Amino acid sequence: MTAAIEIGGLAKSFTLHNQGGVRLPVLAGFDLVVEPGECVALHGPSGIGKSTVLRCIYANYRADRGRILVRHRDGTVDMAATHPRRILAVRRETVGHVSQFLRAVPRVAAEDVVAETLRGRGADPEAATKAARRMLRRLNIPAALHRLAPATFSGGEQQRVNLARVFVADYPVLLLDEPTASLDRENRDVVFELIREAAGRGAAIVGIFHDAEVRDAVATRTVPLTAAREAA
Amino acid sequence: MAVLQCNALQLRYTGMMPEAPPLLSARGVTKYYEGIPGCRNVSFEVWPGEVLGIVGESGSGKTTVLNCISARLEPTSGTVEYATRHDGPADIYRMSEPARRLLMRTDWGFVHQNPREGLRMGVSAGANIGERLMAVGARHYGNIRQAATDWLDKVEMDTGRMDDLPFTFSGGMQQRLQIARNLVTAPRIVFMDEPTGGLDVSVQARLLDLLRGLVSDLGLAAVIVTHDLAVARLLSHRLLVMRRGEVVESGLTDQVLDDPQHPYSQLLVSSVIHP
Repeated sequence: MTAAIEIGGLAKSFTLHNQGGVRLPVLAGFDLVVEPGECVALHGPSGIGKSTVLRCIYANYRADRGRILVRHRDGTVDMAATHPRRILAVRRETVGHVSQFLRAVPRVAAEDVVAETLRGRGADPEAATKAARRMLRRLNIPAALHRLAPATFSGGEQQRVNLARVFVADYPVLLLDEPTASLDRENRDVVFELIREAAGRGAAIVGIFHDAEVRDAVATRTVPLTAAREAA
Repeated sequence: MAVLQCNALQLRYTGMMPEAPPLLSARGVTKYYEGIPGCRNVSFEVWPGEVLGIVGESGSGKTTVLNCISARLEPTSGTVEYATRHDGPADIYRMSEPARRLLMRTDWGFVHQNPREGLRMGVSAGANIGERLMAVGARHYGNIRQAATDWLDKVEMDTGRMDDLPFTFSGGMQQRLQIARNLVTAPRIVFMDEPTGGLDVSVQARLLDLLRGLVSDLGLAAVIVTHDLAVARLLSHRLLVMRRGEVVESGLTDQVLDDPQHPYSQLLVSSVIHP
C-alpha cells in the first residue's frame, strides 16, 4: 500500500456494563485512506466519534471490527489485530498522538517529558534534550520553565508541552486531537507552521479541529462523520 | 561493574528485538490454599524490557501470582518457565535447588511493599547492597564499596549515609535502599509487590520517577503488583486485571484503562477519584 493509513470497515461500540449494559454504537463501517503529505480533518458534531477514530488508530481503543493499516518501517501493521509490543513499536517510531490533555509523571521536568520521545527512539540523551529545548522555545515556553514539571503550568502551557513532545520527532503519522484548543493566536500560528512543515516532509496527518479557521488553515481535505446506525 | 553494565546493554538490545523469546512464561498457574483458590488458571508472558502491571482489589490473587512466578510459592498446578542465560527456558520448580537459589540471587530481584522484609535491618546500608554482590562471588572490598556508593547515588540517597543502619532511614529511603540492593547484581527481571504502597504521596511520585528511569535505562523487565491504577499507568506497558483469583482482562495499559471491556475493569476504572 502507498497510503500511510488505510482504515476499512471500522466498527466501534461501547458497552457500559455498570450502567445497565447500555450499548453505544459510535462507528459502524468507517473507511478512511490517508496519503503521505495529506492533512485530513475529521468533522462532525461533538460525540459523533472523531476522537474515537484517532484512538482506534493509536490503538488505545480496541476496534470491534475492521482493519486499521498503518505503514510502519518497510511494511504495514494492522493496529486492530497486532500484538501489544508491536503497537508500542509503532507508537515509538511511526505514530505520534497529541491528545487533549497532557499526562506526565509528576516531578519530571518539561524538557525531559519532551526529550523522552527522542530518547525512546534511541537518540543521544544530550542531543534529545537540546532538541526538546528548541521545540519548547519554538512553542513559546520560556527557558525558565524548561526544568520545571508541567503539572504547575497553565492549561495552554501544558498543551504546548504536549505538542512539543510529539512535534519534536519526525513522525510519519500524526494524530491531532484539538491541538490548538487552548492556545492564543500567536501560538496557534506556530502550530499551523508545525503542521504544514510536517505535511511538507510527507507526514500523514489526521486531526480534529473544531475551529473552522484552523481547519481552513491546515486541512487539505475534510471528512465528515455521520451517526453510526446499528448494522443489521 | 563493567561486566554488569555490559549485561544491561545487551538486555536492552534484545528487548528491542521483535523476535526475542519471552523471559518468563506462566501457564495455567493455579494455587489453592487448603482448598481455597488463591489464583486460578493464570497464563501470561513477560518479555525482556517489558513492565507488566497486575491490578485488582485486595484479595484478588495478585500477590499469590507474584509469589508463584518468583519461585516463592509453588503452584498447585501449572508451570512457570524462565529463559535462563545459558540453558534456555527452564521450569523454575523443576530445576535444582542450587540453580533456583542462584537465579533468585542474581537474575531476579524482589521488592517487598514493606522494606523491612527485603532488607537486613541489623547491617549498614552499604552492607545491604554489598551482601548481594558477595553472594555472587564479589570479594574485593574496594569494588564492593564503590558499587554500593554508586547505587546509593543512583537511587538518590546521600552516600554519606552508607554506614548507617536501615532503621535510621525514613520509609521512602528504606524503599530506595531495598531497590538498590535488588538492582546491584544487574537482574534481568524484578518482581515488585506494591513498591510505593506504604509511602507518602510526595515520596511516591519521586520513587515512581526513579523506578521508571531505572527500568528503562537498564532494560529491565518487571512485574509490578499494585492496586493503584495511576501507578500502573505510569510504570507498566501491559496490564492484567485480576478478580477473585482470575485474570479478567489483559492488554496494553492504556487500552485497559481508556477502553476497559470487562465489567469489573470498568468498575475499577470508574471508581478512581481524581484529586
